[in-house]
Amino acid sequence: MSITYNEMMETIRMVQLENLDIRTVTMGISLKNCADSDFSKMNQRIYNKITTHAQHLKKTAEEVEKEYGIPIINKRISITPIAEILGDATKEQAIEIAKTLDNAAKELGIDFIGGFSALVHKGMTKADQTLIEAIPESLSVTERVCASVSIGTTKSGINMDAVRKMGEVIKEAAERTKGQNGLACAKLVVFCNPVEDNPFMAGAFHGTGEGEVVLNVGVSGPGVVLNALKRHPEADLGEVSEVIKKTAFKITRAGEFIGRVVAKRLGVPFGIMDLSLAPTNAMNDSVAEILEEMGLERVGTHGTIAALALMNDAVKKGGTMASSYVGGLSGAFIPVSEDNGMIRGVVDNALSFSKLEAMTCVCSVGLDMIAVPGDVPATTISAIIADEAAIGMINKKTTAVRIIPVPGKSEGDMIEFGGLLGRAPVMAVNGYGSEKFIRRGGRIPAPIQALTN
Amino acid sequence: MEKKRAVVSVIGKDQIGIIANVTTILSNHKINILDISQTILQGFFTMMMIVDMTGANLEDLQKEMDELAEKLNLKINIQLEDIFQAMHRI
Repeated sequence: MSITYNEMMETIRMVQLENLDIRTVTMGISLKNCADSDFSKMNQRIYNKITTHAQHLKKTAEEVEKEYGIPIINKRISITPIAEILGDATKEQAIEIAKTLDNAAKELGIDFIGGFSALVHKGMTKADQTLIEAIPESLSVTERVCASVSIGTTKSGINMDAVRKMGEVIKEAAERTKGQNGLACAKLVVFCNPVEDNPFMAGAFHGTGEGEVVLNVGVSGPGVVLNALKRHPEADLGEVSEVIKKTAFKITRAGEFIGRVVAKRLGVPFGIMDLSLAPTNAMNDSVAEILEEMGLERVGTHGTIAALALMNDAVKKGGTMASSYVGGLSGAFIPVSEDNGMIRGVVDNALSFSKLEAMTCVCSVGLDMIAVPGDVPATTISAIIADEAAIGMINKKTTAVRIIPVPGKSEGDMIEFGGLLGRAPVMAVNGYGSEKFIRRGGRIPAPIQALTN
Repeated sequence: MEKKRAVVSVIGKDQIGIIANVTTILSNHKINILDISQTILQGFFTMMMIVDMTGANLEDLQKEMDELAEKLNLKINIQLEDIFQAMHRI
């Protein structure tokens, strides 16, 4: 046989027992040519363009999934940051666009559409301001729209006025969806150094350097890595890295292959493969459990960062050779609510907020899906964003904050978001204020790391 | 016509007639078996076949195999071969 029996068994085992799947195929669509000074024309064009280009996305992905026996969990769309085409539109019109996007997503049967976004890392245009003002209501009246805002980059520094604003936006978004535990905040990411071709939600958008249409792919596979490590309980850490590399290679090859088949059938160029380990609440599909398998009693204890750094690096090394075009975020995700091991770490008091911050220094992406008490002031949220952005800015990496101040809840409560978003224990934040620091505003200058020319 | 090969995998509790049933369906669909390997591991039957799917309708085949799998309490998967090539060969 050209393929050996063991190889066949391995693939089948990975899919059926270890949750190997393609997490998302995300079609990036440029909306630049939809801009129009006549709002209703623009709104219609947006709807038409999305529903035309992506009309076969779901069907094609499902066909490929069936033929190759590898599940494709999510079919998604990313679009040009809406603030870039908003022009003189009003806040109400921006909300109208969010509804249009939601309708397009429902019409196409896709789960999320990302790109209700603004890039304000250096300054804010009128349209950016309009969009940001519109975010809380937009996310509370729509179901599938995701928003993101870039507030800092290594090259430009951190726009602290925008950081202050985003603290307020997050609080308002939570308040508007208090009946659903502040669910709107789960669809809102604040970025430092965002990437233009990220296929993962909630932070996906179709960047300005991208073409008309493109297909990006994100794989998953913490379960596969975990099980591979379980077969080497006594390996030293060099060997552990080797096992992860080999596994990541195979996972990535599967993702790249499936992505290319979907792209070819849709007649769309293949963009990038995002080498990220993305956990889910499925049994054993946890990044935290990989770290624990390496020998930590609980995720969050001393040694966590070293283990995470090793894992993240090995995934990249294995994945890089497996894909022709690596891009997106490409690093392990550590969302709290979507990872059973992380949840257990928090519940058992092993994993603290500060440790999570430290972990984001060595992996993708940032403070992700963290529930905090509803009475945390907006300025504290802004300060959390500023800290995370500073980590990203100085280390020349993407960092993000997706935090949910859950109205009416306090430390220790368990919040259910449902579906892929999972459930999160409410975590304590530092009780001392940062108000004056945030109130100063202005811009943190680009760091010396920016001067690379 | 482009040559299309698939891997058919059958896993489940060993019993009489598994191969007969599976291969009958394949032959009804005019699908040629190119390679076959089968073992029994701790009472579990596992069989891998590489078949020539050229001209066959994957969806119909899958449906019939699903029915058989349900009847005999087996797991039967049909996956185009390229995915295995992509994952395991450089």
